[in-house]
Amino acid sequence: MDFPILSLVTFLPLVGAVLLTLLKGDEASVSSKSRMIALAVTTVTFILSLPIMIYFNPATADYQFVEKEIWFETYGISYHMGVDGISLFFVMLSTFLTPLCVLASWKSVEKRVREYMIAFLLLETFMIGTFCALDAVLFYLFFEAVLIPMYIIIGVWGGARRVYASFKFFLYTLLGSVLMLVALITMILHAGTADITVLAGYAFAPEMQKWLWLAFFASFAVKMPMWPVHTWLPDAHVEAPTAGSVILAGVLLKMGGYGFLRFSLPMFPEASEYFAPMVFALSVIAIIYTSLVALVQQDMKKMIAYSSVAHMGFVTLGIFTLNTQGIEGSIFQMISHGVISAALFLSVGVVYDRLHTRDINRYGNLAKNMPIYAVVFVILMLGSVGLPGTSGFVGEFLALLGAYKVNTMVATFAAVGVVLGATYMLHLTRKVVFGPKVNEDAAAMPDLDAREKFIFLPLIILVIFLGVAPSYVLDRIAPSVENLIGQATSVVVEKAPEASADTQKPEDLPLPADAKKEDVKKDIAHDKKHDAKKVKSNEKGNK
Amino acid sequence: MMLGYFAVFTPLVAFLLAGLLGGKFGDKFSQFVTCAGVLTAAAASVKLFFTVILGSNPHTLPVMTWFTSGDFTVDWAIRVDQLSVIMMCVINIVSSCVHVYSVGYMSHDDSKSRFMAYLSLFTFAMLMLVSADNLLQLFFGWEGVGLASYLLIGFWYHKDSATAASIKAFVVNRVGDLGLLLGMFTTFIVFGTIQFDGIFGSVTAHTADTFNFFGYHVHALTLICLLLFVGAVGKSAQLGLHTWLPDAMEGPTPVSALIHAATMVTAGVFLVSRFSPVFEYAPVALMVVCVLGACTAFVAATIGMTQFDIKRVIAYSTMSQLGYMFFALGVSAYSAAMFHLVTHAFFKALLFLGAGSVIHAMSDEQDMRKMGGIWKKIPVTYAMMWIGSLALAGVPFFAGYYSKDLILESEWASNSAVGHFAYYMGIAAALMTAFYSWRLIIMTFHGKPRADHHTMEHVHESPAVMIVPLVVLAIGAIFSGSTLYEGFSKPKHSEAVAAVGHEQPAETVDADSASHMNKEDFFGKSIVVLPEHDTVAKAHHVEQWVKLLPTVVGMIGIFLAYLAYMFIPSIPATVVKIFKPLHTLFFRKWFFDEIYNVVFVKTAKCLGEFFWKRGDGQMIDGLGPNGVALVSQKISGVLSKFQTGFVFQYAFMMMIGLVLLVTWVAQAMGLFEMISQILPNLDAR
Repeated sequence: MDFPILSLVTFLPLVGAVLLTLLKGDEASVSSKSRMIALAVTTVTFILSLPIMIYFNPATADYQFVEKEIWFETYGISYHMGVDGISLFFVMLSTFLTPLCVLASWKSVEKRVREYMIAFLLLETFMIGTFCALDAVLFYLFFEAVLIPMYIIIGVWGGARRVYASFKFFLYTLLGSVLMLVALITMILHAGTADITVLAGYAFAPEMQKWLWLAFFASFAVKMPMWPVHTWLPDAHVEAPTAGSVILAGVLLKMGGYGFLRFSLPMFPEASEYFAPMVFALSVIAIIYTSLVALVQQDMKKMIAYSSVAHMGFVTLGIFTLNTQGIEGSIFQMISHGVISAALFLSVGVVYDRLHTRDINRYGNLAKNMPIYAVVFVILMLGSVGLPGTSGFVGEFLALLGAYKVNTMVATFAAVGVVLGATYMLHLTRKVVFGPKVNEDAAAMPDLDAREKFIFLPLIILVIFLGVAPSYVLDRIAPSVENLIGQATSVVVEKAPEASADTQKPEDLPLPADAKKEDVKKDIAHDKKHDAKKVKSNEKGNK
Repeated sequence: MMLGYFAVFTPLVAFLLAGLLGGKFGDKFSQFVTCAGVLTAAAASVKLFFTVILGSNPHTLPVMTWFTSGDFTVDWAIRVDQLSVIMMCVINIVSSCVHVYSVGYMSHDDSKSRFMAYLSLFTFAMLMLVSADNLLQLFFGWEGVGLASYLLIGFWYHKDSATAASIKAFVVNRVGDLGLLLGMFTTFIVFGTIQFDGIFGSVTAHTADTFNFFGYHVHALTLICLLLFVGAVGKSAQLGLHTWLPDAMEGPTPVSALIHAATMVTAGVFLVSRFSPVFEYAPVALMVVCVLGACTAFVAATIGMTQFDIKRVIAYSTMSQLGYMFFALGVSAYSAAMFHLVTHAFFKALLFLGAGSVIHAMSDEQDMRKMGGIWKKIPVTYAMMWIGSLALAGVPFFAGYYSKDLILESEWASNSAVGHFAYYMGIAAALMTAFYSWRLIIMTFHGKPRADHHTMEHVHESPAVMIVPLVVLAIGAIFSGSTLYEGFSKPKHSEAVAAVGHEQPAETVDADSASHMNKEDFFGKSIVVLPEHDTVAKAHHVEQWVKLLPTVVGMIGIFLAYLAYMFIPSIPATVVKIFKPLHTLFFRKWFFDEIYNVVFVKTAKCLGEFFWKRGDGQMIDGLGPNGVALVSQKISGVLSKFQTGFVFQYAFMMMIGLVLLVTWVAQAMGLFEMISQILPNLDAR
């Protein structure tokens, strides 16, 4: 496609931000104009992004809508944009959520409205850029730039402990960023290019892969966030304004998972394989540990923040299974979580705007006077719990299935998180929406107004649509994931014979396709090596 | 052929209409729409009974694709075979009765639309469960009924006890669902599909498979069956995961009748029956099912004898009867279990709705100690409770008599240790069942009135809209046993009886099997029983005392209840005094709740607190960012003296960004030379 639609979608919000800086007049008129302009720009951005999804060709794993301009020829750095099945829905998620954020902040943000809107518009540009960038340097610039408006949103429009929260956020991400930067430079110098598509096929030496993998891991793990570098998230969420939490949970957390898929797996396949058990362990700990912590929270946002960490645990678990179900499951889980958690934070915002507290003990019995809100909340809660028929189920299910193929014990422990997830979410619902009347203020709150209904309607529809007909998304993800698995496992298999011979038990020895069929049948629990082999043989078949 | 769609989807349409438009068009609209929807579905499923079961025409209706991921594919489809049609009939008929009954029962409630919508939602989810043609759709229905159950138990959400019970039901069921989920995963890995035909068609090829589970190589089919059974244990409130069922009685009584007696709790029985082709090759799993079912039947009955809440007595009775169904499954008597499922649905729904009628009459009183002396005031309800109890106790010619006896005879005919164990447990439970049923009748209806004057004045018979459904169910409770006996008890393998049933005179067998030779039983190929497991066939030929014993102990139970509660009222107190520890054990429900509370609930909360305060707070933050942040904050304190808030933040952050960028550029330039020297690889390029 010749028309640079990705650049247009990426930089349109930036144009909007510039426009806002030019506004003149007294504070009130600037504020209202800022709101209108921001809403218009983000809405147009969303509408413009729709053709990306509509004209996306689901039959190929290639990057689409590609734009490429040489930037620094010496280092092979270029302005290279494009989307594939993995990034497509993250772009859509970003363009979809930002207008809702602007709407959600319509009344709750009153001071420095212009600056607030500028921050959000910048944020949108950087987010879309992160997911579209096909050049490692470009990616890095966007990836890091996202943090600046986010710091500002938390630090300026945040709650009482906003300084502490933004420092924590900053410290964690700084650590990751620096390491990632060093790794990135090493890679570029080594491979002579910063092009992600080329790097993905570049075979780094195994020992080097491990170091590079770890450096990237430091950055992505913080972003996810994975246990034990997750503690910045609850604080950031609690202090951030509603819309900040929405973007944080809805999009920013996905950048870590996206990074694993775009960098770690295809570029360092052997290291990914090598470190997979560690990731599994951290994921399972994250799921169970943070679910238990969520169980005892009294602050609504903190509870949902911890639940996010647990949900992201399923994502990291799925990604490093290195099989189709696991990876597709984690991508779907990220998309679904982007919608559900964003909506959950919005629903917290609704009651926070009315009562100015997030203490679950101050609410209760809202179903009586806020029936529509109750319905919305319960549907979102069910999505978060992963009830079949909602989007939350599909991702969790596939990720767990992928994990079960690799290791039954890991999958079983992770699945315990499903039970715990139900426990804390139902507890939250009971405390807030149901239960006896606790105080008069809470009982007197009005139900959703037209603006709020308008915000929730598309989110609710998405939660159910993605649950009942997830194939729309999965079909578009599939070719890219197959391609990714090919990249992530082909190298491993080439080295597999001598590597696996000493580690595998006798009955697991590589078997000729048809011989010893009895044994193959008897041992059905595949380990990764088997899976990898399958993919490899498929690939050969395709060639 | 389209009937299957009608039988399944009309309740969904009704739910959507009532849920979305109920607020606009009012309660009458919702009541009409939902009742009409379910009655349509009921009519369609009765028609299906004739075409599919009597006409032997099982088929599958496609709906749409659900999702595909690699080699994992799953579609929405409606499987209309004999097993699912039997379930559809039960669900839709009982649901219709409950829908109509609810119009009367909930007439004083504020949220009628919501209630009716939930009932229809439940009906739809249950229909999806039984008509699934793959494990995942079954799981959808499985969790869907759990959701409906959660919503309905907590229907009166202002009651703390109701919301607590609803969470408990959902979470305990989730534990079971975990088993089902893992069972599904294992099935997929072993069979490469989760589609029923695909699984059942290739079972024989996998009988020797092993599966690496937690590092152990275990028999794959046994593992699958046991994991699926964990799901069944949760949903069907078998011992271990049963604690939610009694608490679920917090929901409105029609809910208890529909969900917690007639349909949802029998989903586990359905699941095992559906997977009979796999269970047949997993004898160990069958044994586990049998033993756990027997224990459940016994333990629940002991608790049922001691409770005072009228609904809880019936709830424990339900649990106990579900135990019967499971130990029937455990000896491969699937059709007997399904038979009991059907008859039980009628008489237990009748008992619950009857109890609801009593509660309605007594101004929402549920404690039997505060009832009594009302049988003359509500004679129809009284008669209905009698019919229900007669069927439950297995008194001859009522429905329960046929199904329960078939189960117990099958146990004995199995000739196995677990079968005989289950038989004796079943006999003991039958004695207790009869006893607590009449204890309930006598305490509720007879004796001196124990309620206060005000309540007694208001005791009234329920309106026709509640009585008519009771009568319909009563007809089922009387006649469903005798009319359906033929279809459910027909042997699958007539020839097998001749070969294995050696204890029988040969000519009897021949005559018997000859008469059934040309007719199939109800299930066709939807239930598979290996010839050597065909206990239902052999059940007809057990010794006479085995057949008579259940009826005799039932009579004894009724007699004892009369003795203890009508003729010599001092007996209960004396017995309680003598067997104090035993009574405490029964009365406190074998302390399951207390133990679970300490082991799971308290532990989870303590761990959560510990991880939060110590783990996150002291360990991770303490060692990590807080130390650094403390220093930073001190610096920021100094700085903010001349630059505050927004400006400071912004500047600081921009500075960081700038530093990063500069570092990057500098490092890129500098490192280039350095690294190129260090790494010889680069030169090679």
